[in-house]
Amino acid sequence: MLWMRTLTLGVKSLWLHPLRSLLTVLGIFIGVASVIWLLAISEGISIEARRQIESLGADTIMVRSVKPPSEKLSANSGVTPYGLTRDEYDMLVETVPTLKSAIPIREIRRQFMYGDRLVDGRLVGCTPEYAEVTRLTVNSGHFISDAENFLRENVCVLAARVSDRLFPYEDPIGKHVYVPEHTDYYTVVGVLQHRNASAAIGGSMDSQDFSNDIYIPIKTLQQRIGDTVTRRTGGSFEGEVLELNQITIRVGSTDVVKSTAALVENALSSHDDMEDVAVVVPLELLEQAETTRLMFMVFMGLVAAISLLVGGIGIMNIMLATVTERTREIGIRRALVAKQKDIVSQFLVEAAVLSVVGGITGILAGIFCRPAIVWARNFVSAAYPDTMAALPDVVRNVTPTIVPESIPIAFGISLFVGIIFGLFPAIRAAQMNPIEALRHE
Amino acid sequence: MHACSIRNLTKEYVLKSETVRALRGVSFDVPEGDYVAIMGPSGSGKSTLLNLLGCLDQPSSGELLLGDDNVATMSDDQLAEIRSRRIGFVFQSYNLIQQLTVVENIQVPLYYQGKLGAKERKRCTDLAARVGLGNRLTHRPMQLSGGQQQRVAIARSLVNDPYFILADEATGNLDSKTTAEILALFDQLNNEGRTIIMVTHEDEVAQRAKRVVRLRDGLLQSDVTNDAEERQRAAARALELIPTEGAEAQEKVEA
Ligand SMILES: Nc1ncnc2c1ncn2[C@@H]1O[C@H](COP(=O)(O)OP(=O)(O)O)[C@@H](O)[C@H]1O
Ligand SMILES: [Mg+2]
Repeated sequence: MLWMRTLTLGVKSLWLHPLRSLLTVLGIFIGVASVIWLLAISEGISIEARRQIESLGADTIMVRSVKPPSEKLSANSGVTPYGLTRDEYDMLVETVPTLKSAIPIREIRRQFMYGDRLVDGRLVGCTPEYAEVTRLTVNSGHFISDAENFLRENVCVLAARVSDRLFPYEDPIGKHVYVPEHTDYYTVVGVLQHRNASAAIGGSMDSQDFSNDIYIPIKTLQQRIGDTVTRRTGGSFEGEVLELNQITIRVGSTDVVKSTAALVENALSSHDDMEDVAVVVPLELLEQAETTRLMFMVFMGLVAAISLLVGGIGIMNIMLATVTERTREIGIRRALVAKQKDIVSQFLVEAAVLSVVGGITGILAGIFCRPAIVWARNFVSAAYPDTMAALPDVVRNVTPTIVPESIPIAFGISLFVGIIFGLFPAIRAAQMNPIEALRHE
Repeated sequence: MHACSIRNLTKEYVLKSETVRALRGVSFDVPEGDYVAIMGPSGSGKSTLLNLLGCLDQPSSGELLLGDDNVATMSDDQLAEIRSRRIGFVFQSYNLIQQLTVVENIQVPLYYQGKLGAKERKRCTDLAARVGLGNRLTHRPMQLSGGQQQRVAIARSLVNDPYFILADEATGNLDSKTTAEILALFDQLNNEGRTIIMVTHEDEVAQRAKRVVRLRDGLLQSDVTNDAEERQRAAARALELIPTEGAEAQEKVEA
């Protein structure tokens, strides 16, 4: 009851200087809103990063063939084979006990044609499990089957974008896609759904963009194209002998990912000299991302703490001015009845009201973070599409995600700041000698 | 029963360069229902004494009894408690809170006691009416004349039903007509049995009290009881200055 009255009194005296109070509130408002915004944006970025890494599969291990540094390739014998071999694939499948499945993958940059339409893309030789492990979803038709692989059939499955480009008006199923370099035709048996790019893993792979892929059975690829691939680069031919680009290993659970990775690395130690094989563990990337996220949070927290500190100093400043201004009033109240603690609570309530109003409006502004950013992004991509396209993926796709804890935390901190920074002026007011305060003009 | 009694009261202000001995051992008693005027030249310690009586400050030594309590040794909170329950203060410069209305100013002492129900609010408006400001309840101090402001202050000093009223040069800023009005109010209050202690430097004002205490250099110089007839004559002279009932009604219409 008495508190209610103290509160009313506080609000009333703040209302006597609306502009001044507003500006003070603004300090806290900005502090609180920025806490929520910064956390929401960093959370959004980390969710996007995590999604990309997770799409690689947390229970997978990727063994990649890497083009060895040129000094390791013997110069005289022309083209040196490097990278993973099919024998090694068989060896891994037989010797790694925790392995659940393993997919041999061969990737070649090629051009594809249908009618007079020509598309650059990637010819990917793989097994049927590939779709499941890399989380590809079939839109129509089916993914490569075991039988097709076994029989080395000339079939292919199109990623969404290739399909859109080669067959803008027709149903691709049953049509034949032409690969000019090998004068081969592949019959389309399936089309995939659209899918966002996944994370770049280490230095060994670009951010994986699956949208220009054409998948064929690996055995078909091996029979029709073989291991030697030539590529025209600026007039000269460049050859490459490589059996497999990648072996994706899947283990039963995330618990054995690391031990299996160590085992695999050990099994492939013969490649250590050439440095032509790299083992990538998405789980480790996830853990790294988690650490990065925590560091980011701490950093953002620091920035926010500084802005709240500035807001708090604003409150202290205004409260000190108020105390000086109202010395006479304090003297009167003290001379009549008020105890020191009454004066403390009166000024503390004012400081708390300032910070709580700043806190609440800051939270409201914080909640608008997501729609505001989405709107801004839509606006920018409509007005400056080129600028937008030049931005990195993460920035283009980020959707701020409000961290639920940030709201009570921001509010609590703002209240805390108000009370801490209001305390000194309030105590100063209360400790004034009433007689001297009364003499104050 | 004494409203207050003081024994060998001293007060020293310790400054950097010197120690000012504002009171150097003052003793007297104020019986309940007394009306005391404290006089003396400027700097003689009148305000210091009144502040001590009002529990706004603590003496350097000596005894200060309010009723049975020795307030000389009380803590700040206890003093505030005494101020809030037993003392009514009227200042030379009115000391009203500018942001508050007339009633709100009268309510201030009750506000901190945490008792401000319908009954107390009624009491505040009654007090405002009592001092002739029943029609100015929601005015702010800025909108009132000096005399009116001082009447608000008197109403405020009465709100906690104090043991005694302390007035430090309460009429010092007022013209003689308004002074007469305020003193008439004090007379009424004293007739009702309230103890009044006021500081003044005007003989005409001091004559209205029952007793005049003179200070000089922080010491009691004299303590004289006023002649009852003198008092009445002074009151009668003052009464002539106060407008008649009719004139007051006229003033109300204009306002
Ligand atoms: N707060 C103070 N600090 C120092 N000296 C003071 C203070 N208050 C009063 N004095 C000194 O004490 C003496 C008495 O002052 P005061 O009681 O105000 O006199 P009066 O009211 O009779 O004019 C004066 O010499 C004055 O300068
Ligand atoms: Mg004085």
